[in-house]
Amino acid sequence: MTMKASGMEKTDLKNASVDPTLTEVAPSPHLVEGGRTTRRMMIDVLVALAPLVGAAIYFFRWSAVRQMAICLAACLTVEALCALMRRRRPPLADGSAAVTAIILALSLPATAPWYAGVIGSMVAIGIGKALFGGLGMNLFNPAMVGRAFVMISFAGALGAAGYQDAGSAIDIMTQATPLTAFQQSGVVTGLADLLIGRTNGSLGETSALACLAGGLFLCLRRSAAWRIPASMLAIAALFAILQTGFTAQGWTPAHHLCGGALLFGAFFIATDPVSSPLTPQGQMIYGAGIGALVMIIRIFSGYPEGVMFAVLLMNGLTPLINRWTIPPPFGEQ
Amino acid sequence: MSTPSAGQRFIRGILPENPVYRQMLGLCATLAVTNNLKSAVTMGAAVLFVLVCANLMVSLIRHLLTPHLRIVIFTLTIATFVTVADRLLAAFLYPMSKALGPYIPLIIVNCIIICRCEVCAAKQGPLTAVADALGQSIGFTLALVSLAAVREILGTGMWFGFRVLPAAWPDWVIMVLPPGAFLTFGLLLGLTNWISAQRAGKEEA
Repeated sequence: MTMKASGMEKTDLKNASVDPTLTEVAPSPHLVEGGRTTRRMMIDVLVALAPLVGAAIYFFRWSAVRQMAICLAACLTVEALCALMRRRRPPLADGSAAVTAIILALSLPATAPWYAGVIGSMVAIGIGKALFGGLGMNLFNPAMVGRAFVMISFAGALGAAGYQDAGSAIDIMTQATPLTAFQQSGVVTGLADLLIGRTNGSLGETSALACLAGGLFLCLRRSAAWRIPASMLAIAALFAILQTGFTAQGWTPAHHLCGGALLFGAFFIATDPVSSPLTPQGQMIYGAGIGALVMIIRIFSGYPEGVMFAVLLMNGLTPLINRWTIPPPFGEQ
Repeated sequence: MSTPSAGQRFIRGILPENPVYRQMLGLCATLAVTNNLKSAVTMGAAVLFVLVCANLMVSLIRHLLTPHLRIVIFTLTIATFVTVADRLLAAFLYPMSKALGPYIPLIIVNCIIICRCEVCAAKQGPLTAVADALGQSIGFTLALVSLAAVREILGTGMWFGFRVLPAAWPDWVIMVLPPGAFLTFGLLLGLTNWISAQRAGKEEA
C-alpha cells in the first residue's frame, strides 16, 4: 500500500501541475473577497519590509545587501531541498521562505560573518520549519530559531560586542548599539537618531520610522493582527514608565520604545501568523507577554535586548494560550 | 515464547534493540556526556564494566531472588559496581572523573542496567547474561560515540581533542551546550528511524 502511494506521488510530480497531496481548503464563509491566500499575505509582508530594507541599505550599504543576498539564497535553497526530500514541489512561490530570509537577515548585525547567515538560514528553514512539517506547522518563529542558534553559537561575532567594528568605513558601525551604549556606559542616543535609524544595530531594527510605516501598512491590510503589536508596545511602555517615570531626560520611555528591536519585533516578528495565537484575546495575552519579557530581559539581564528570546518563549506558550481562550460555542453558557 | 540465546542477546543489543536509539533508555547521561568523544568513550567503558559485572552477579544469584525484593537487590548490586568504577576513575583518570562529575555515580539509576538485570540476567544463565551485557553496552557506547562525534566536530572542530577541521572553522558553540545535545539526538534518532523504515520497505518489496 505504501509502495503504491509513493509510486503515484512520483508520477504525479512529473505530469500533473497541481500536487494532489496539497488540497486547498478554507474555513467558511466561502465568500469571494479577493482571496486571503498565503501568497498575498507574504507579499504584503515583503512590501511592508521594503522601507526597512531601504533604510538598512542606506545606512549599512554593502553589508546589508550582502547579508540579505546570503540569507535569501540559503533559505530558498534549503526550502527547495527540504521539499524535494519529501517528494513535494518546492513551495518557493508562496514567499514564506523569502520572508523568513529577509527577517533573519534584518535581525543580524551588519558585521555578521557570511557563515552566520548561511547557518542561520539552514537552521531557520531546516530545523525551525521543515522538521515540524513545513509552513503552518512550526511551533516557533523560524527566523528567530535560526537567529538564536547562530547567536548562541557565535556569541563573539553576534553578541552585543560583535556589532561594533572599529575599522569600518561606515561611521555608525564603529559605535556601540544604543541599548549597549546605555547599558554599559550610560550614553543616551538622541531620539531623532533612533527615529531615523542613524545608529548601529541589527540591519532592520535601527529606523523606528521605517518599522512604524511598514508595520502600520501590515496592520491596515490585516496581514498582521494589530492586537499583537498594540498590546506588546503598550505593556513595554508601561514597564518603561514604571522604571523611569515620566522623565524627559536620559533614557526615557520613548527611547525604550524606539531603541533596539522592539518595533521591528512587534510588527514583523511577533505577528508571524503561524506561531502566534488565533483568538483576539489570545493575541492580547501573547503580545503583552512578549512586551513584558522584552522589558524584563532589557532591565534585569546581562543582554541589552531581548526581543528574540521573548518571542521564542511566548511561541512556546502559544498552544496553551489558544486553548485558554477558545470562545464558547454559540448557545453555550 | 523461547528465550533468546547468548548470540542473539549480543547482536540485539548493538542495533535492533539499541538502548539509546531503540529503547530510549539512559538519556540523561547520553545527553550530558556527549559533548566530546573522550568523555563519551569513558562513560561507555564505565557502563560496560558495571553492566557486565551486575548482569553476571544477578545471573548467578537469580534463584535466590524474591519478586518483591528483586529491585532492591538489583540496585544494591549495581551500586556496588558503580562505586568501584567511580573510585577507579577518580584514582587513575582524575581529570576525566572531575569532568564527568555526577554522571558516573548516576549510572546506579541508569535504566539500561536495571532493565537488563530484569529482562535478561534474572532469567538466564551467566554466559547469556554476560553476552547480553556486552551487546547492550557496545550499543550504548556506539550511540554515545555517534552523538559525541557530531557534537565535538561541529562545536570545536576537533575529535578526541585533536584538531580535525582547519583552524578557520567557526566553532558552533551551541553544539557543545545542552541545546546541541537535544538537537543532535533528535536528528540522529530521526535518521536511524528513517534508515530502518527504508530497509523495512525494501524487505517488503
